[in-house]
Amino acid sequence: VICSVLHATRPLHTTQQCSAPLPPLPEKGGEVRYGLIPEEFFQFLYPKTGVTGPYMLGTGLLLYLLSKEIYVVNHETVAAACILSVIIYGVKKFGADVAAFADKLNEEKVAKALAVKNEAIKDLETAIEQEKKEQWRVEGRSYLFDAKRNNIAMLLETNYRERLLMVYNEVKKRLDYQVAMQNLKRQKEQDHMIEWVEKNVIQSITPQQQKESIAKCILDLKALSKSAQAAV
Amino acid sequence: GPLSERRLMDVRLGELPAWLATRDFSPQGLLGGVQKAWNSYYDKYINVRRGGPAGISMLLAGYCLLSYGWNYQHIKCHRWRKYH
Repeated sequence: VICSVLHATRPLHTTQQCSAPLPPLPEKGGEVRYGLIPEEFFQFLYPKTGVTGPYMLGTGLLLYLLSKEIYVVNHETVAAACILSVIIYGVKKFGADVAAFADKLNEEKVAKALAVKNEAIKDLETAIEQEKKEQWRVEGRSYLFDAKRNNIAMLLETNYRERLLMVYNEVKKRLDYQVAMQNLKRQKEQDHMIEWVEKNVIQSITPQQQKESIAKCILDLKALSKSAQAAV
Repeated sequence: GPLSERRLMDVRLGELPAWLATRDFSPQGLLGGVQKAWNSYYDKYINVRRGGPAGISMLLAGYCLLSYGWNYQHIKCHRWRKYH
């Protein structure tokens, strides 16, 4: 609770903003001997007392505290001894496994973040390539427009020729009509004239002429029959 | 460097009173000092990639010592001998 309160009251954004990447987490913490006393203490006493100095200090301190009963041996001492032994046994036996498990979790987290970053980079690179391709395509604009112009010209030409053909057909139809009309008229006039001539000729054959022609025909037939008999 | 800007560990024993005089003892100052101390401890022993038992064990040991000191008057009654 104290830690969270401290974190909450820490002033934010006090130093200048710098865009350098964060320094990576240190690999191992400060050296601590027997899990309780930092190594700096031993180094601090080393020049004056050598290697055994801190141990002597510790032993002397302990004996002083016990003999003067500044540290009183009571039930809590026994409890503390049992608890400490259990804790130390647990740490010694399972410490490595727990550390490996935690490392694996961390590894997975980092790998996921890295994968996301790589994914993003790959996507951006493909986007860049596609962009470049589009830019290359833009250079082919002129060919595209030439083809389009050709298409349009062809359409115009086709349309013009269609219309030309239509005009020709229409004019031909009209001229044909005129020709047909003239032909019909001449035909009709011819027929009418023939009919009129025939009618007049038939009218002009008087009965007298008819009798004479019939008699002439009978005579011709008799002559023919005679020649035919002779031939047979 | 100048006395007021040095950390506690860099101050020599004779200069200790003078160094204490330069410290800021207002509530914000004390809180800031405590915060800096905690941050430096945290960054050195806990906020590492492969920490060990040392980080919290030192905190627990400190807590044990503090609680022993707070209850000393009561524990004194359970001494084994009267005269040492």
